[in-house]
Amino acid sequence: METNEKILEVENLHVSFHTYAGEVKAVRGVDFELKRGETLAFVGESGCGKSVTAKSIMRLLKPPVAEIKPESRIICNGRDVMKMTGKELYAFRGDEISMIFQDPMTSLNPTMKVGKQIMESLMLHRNMNKKEAREEAVRMLKMVNIPGAEKRVDNYPHEMSGGMRQRVMIAMALACNPKILIADEPTTALDVTIQAQIMDLMRELKEKMNTAIILVTHDLGVVANFADRIQVMYAGQILERGTAKEIFYESRHPYTWALLSSVPKKGNESKEELYALKGTPPDLILPLNECPFASRCEYCMGICKEQNPMETSITDTHKVSCWLMHPKAPKVKSFYDREGR
Amino acid sequence: MEEKMGKAPNSEYILEAVDLCKYFKAGRKQYVKAVDHVNIRMRHGETLGLVGESGCGKTTTGRTMIRLYEPTSGKILFEGQDISKLKGKELLHFKKNVQIIFQDPYASLDPRMTIGEIISEGMDVHMKLSEEEKEKRVNDLLRKVGLNTEYANRFAHELSGGQRQRIGIARALAVEPKFIVCDEPISALDVSIQAQVVNLLMKLQREMGLTYLFISHDLSMIQHISDRVGVMYLGSIVELAPEKTIYSASKHPYTQALISAIPVADPEADTEKDRIKLEGEVPSPLNPPSGCKFRTRCRYATERCAAEAPVLREVEPDHFVACHLCE
Amino acid sequence: MTAENKRNEAMMPDIPDEKFTIIGIDENAGEVLARKRISYWQDAWRRFRENKIALVAAVILIVMIFFIIFGPMISGYEFEEIDNTAINQGPSAKHWFGTDNLGRDLFARVWQAGRVSLIIGLVGAFVASIVGSIYGGIAAYFGGVVDDIMMRIVEILLSVPYLLIVILISVITDSKSLGTMLVALTLTGWCGIARIVRGQMLQLKSQEFVLAANALGVSPIRIILKHMIPNTMSLIIVAITFDIPGYIFSEAFLSYVGLGIQAPQTSWGALCAAAQQNFMFYPYQLLFPGIMIALTMLSFTLLGDGLRDALDPKQRK
Repeated sequence: METNEKILEVENLHVSFHTYAGEVKAVRGVDFELKRGETLAFVGESGCGKSVTAKSIMRLLKPPVAEIKPESRIICNGRDVMKMTGKELYAFRGDEISMIFQDPMTSLNPTMKVGKQIMESLMLHRNMNKKEAREEAVRMLKMVNIPGAEKRVDNYPHEMSGGMRQRVMIAMALACNPKILIADEPTTALDVTIQAQIMDLMRELKEKMNTAIILVTHDLGVVANFADRIQVMYAGQILERGTAKEIFYESRHPYTWALLSSVPKKGNESKEELYALKGTPPDLILPLNECPFASRCEYCMGICKEQNPMETSITDTHKVSCWLMHPKAPKVKSFYDREGR
Repeated sequence: MEEKMGKAPNSEYILEAVDLCKYFKAGRKQYVKAVDHVNIRMRHGETLGLVGESGCGKTTTGRTMIRLYEPTSGKILFEGQDISKLKGKELLHFKKNVQIIFQDPYASLDPRMTIGEIISEGMDVHMKLSEEEKEKRVNDLLRKVGLNTEYANRFAHELSGGQRQRIGIARALAVEPKFIVCDEPISALDVSIQAQVVNLLMKLQREMGLTYLFISHDLSMIQHISDRVGVMYLGSIVELAPEKTIYSASKHPYTQALISAIPVADPEADTEKDRIKLEGEVPSPLNPPSGCKFRTRCRYATERCAAEAPVLREVEPDHFVACHLCE
Repeated sequence: MTAENKRNEAMMPDIPDEKFTIIGIDENAGEVLARKRISYWQDAWRRFRENKIALVAAVILIVMIFFIIFGPMISGYEFEEIDNTAINQGPSAKHWFGTDNLGRDLFARVWQAGRVSLIIGLVGAFVASIVGSIYGGIAAYFGGVVDDIMMRIVEILLSVPYLLIVILISVITDSKSLGTMLVALTLTGWCGIARIVRGQMLQLKSQEFVLAANALGVSPIRIILKHMIPNTMSLIIVAITFDIPGYIFSEAFLSYVGLGIQAPQTSWGALCAAAQQNFMFYPYQLLFPGIMIALTMLSFTLLGDGLRDALDPKQRK
């Protein structure tokens, strides 16, 4: 079932926001690719550019405040997304790629029945008539495990709970059978038990529909047994990327270690201090020719403050941007592993 | 925990909620029972974690316990003395002893005030200090929460979320309280910043012998910081036990489901297998189910659960459960 | 692949060994502020300056106020000075805006009229906002039944047409002076602001920083003075700016229909009314006061727009 067909390639993505204080360079040269049916996770803290990267793929950022720099390349299914016109973009979103957001309430139209909202895109993108679309909408709602779907299609968003709304969002996003689904913090606003339900649902749908998923999240716990590959982002750059196992068991970047060890581990009874990064991420207005993490890194070296490190390949899938990978650098051991898992 | 000694206490408990209720009016003759006959006893110097899903009343419980909301009924005892009816000077004295840290680091600081003014607000009420003394104390507090003293004459919007939360902590500490309600203080922060704030709170507790009521929906953080944990569901406490018991030997089906829903940061952990899945969602607090409020989502529910509400009882020493199954 | 190659090339330059000793974190560098300190009002001023349209409106208003204060003196004529030798003259070097049917200098009259209009606008809006703020503040602070009753009163007042009140008052007091008109206009004018203030204060009341002050035991009066009012200020300022053109227009309208200012005093509305009879022959007599009314109203509205954008904390970055 798994093919190695690349359906999305992003190269040298640069995104800037023009604010009064100057140009905020939110994404600084990100490249990655996505294969059919694969799940890729962007992990990082707020302001690291993970969400901006995801939105750029769909060209959802509003100019003139946001600007995708011309040197960026986004190729989806052999088509250049950067060159798409308004009409093409409209068909592209929905047909090929769709997105779910953190807060389903703001992305659903409050004055429209949920069924109608699903039907609209079905009628538009898949040329269905009203009756077919309605049947399909009910089928979609059933697929995302909404009980009493026949009745629920006629509900307004406010008549539903948060978890239910997120299910509707997922149904809407999948209605046109997109090849890629971008999920931007889909469970952040939900309670743990509902969060688990939604993640189960996404896992189930992933297998059923063979959709490639880009999951944007700050929560490593959510990603662990969901994503095939993980990219750790910081200050608009990818610091480390690899398969889930490589990131969780063999991570090489001090920032990844810090992320992993700043969350208390389940079943770990020690009351000792959590590992806490000092300081705050750099202001993205600054040019940053050094390693963006240098000022907060325990293992910061002289070179780190002078030059941004290049990406080093550890394996085919595992790549790290850190001067510690340089042959001359001292060998340091991950402080994450020592606590055991 | 020798270092967690407070002043000679008048009572074994620093703060007790006895049959505490807080109902909010929602339309005609309809009430939301946000806090419904809650009993909590806080020991000196401990951290009690309060968990539950949104709308379970954990925040209202915290706010009512320090009289930020007027309780509908029930008693609140501070060091053995009933404070639920206090007024004027005595109430002011109580407020000096209990403080609160809020969730939203953006909404909890007045945008028109400098950091110095925000921190010294409580001092103006409770302490007669000269301008120099006040300035010195503000600087001390800023240093204590790990911030540069230069921040004193800056405005809140110039700070990051984590820094703002530190200001919130400094404001609470300014009046030298004994008891602090931490109302989801880390939910709005990034993971690495969460760790900073939690470490700071734990350090302050060690140094100053504070007692915390730590409210959160993040079960792993609660486990890390708490000595005891209370689990709330629709306005009632369903289980209350020492942290270790809650996480390894909980008795209430809801607690068990909550614990097993915690995402594990380990790709090989098979969460699917031994997870207790909860169906459906929390019922509307406007008309909660009869009897045990959890029965609609509980897989062990019997007829008795619909007919009769279970009460919180001590099933083992220091382990309280409200469930018919545990009798 | 090309990117990969480029990278490997960049790795090539030989980096001295000493660059690879771990220096760790510079504790002092951590919390330095990159951006300079700005207060709320400085920030608002910065944003306001960026709004060119609002800035132009503000300049126009300043110029107009200058002339309203000094204009009558510049002209060299008294506004009520009748000159039978110079009736209905068009604009000239002698009379910049021409003269009216009694030979009065229109330049002097337009600015004199501006005084009345502007006083009505400013005083009306200020009185209304003070009354409205206090009323709305009380309603919001006490809440419950008090709030309910107070807001019902506002609704009743708002449903009474102000024209009726003006007529009633001028009949009862038997005068049509500036004072009567002010009273008549502000009698219901404060209701809008009362509603705005109440809404904002109710919202502030449940804000966490107000709860924090409550938890600290700060007294209600101090909470109102130190938290509620400063945080409502920007809203009130914007409301005042938007209210001023309303008052100016109401005055103009009342004077135009003859319920307002009486001769020899004058206002823009009264000037328009007088000019209207001879409009076919001497259009400039209507043109100048008309432009003044339009320009002031437009400028205040644009200024209000600019202020709202500048003062709205939600737009802060």
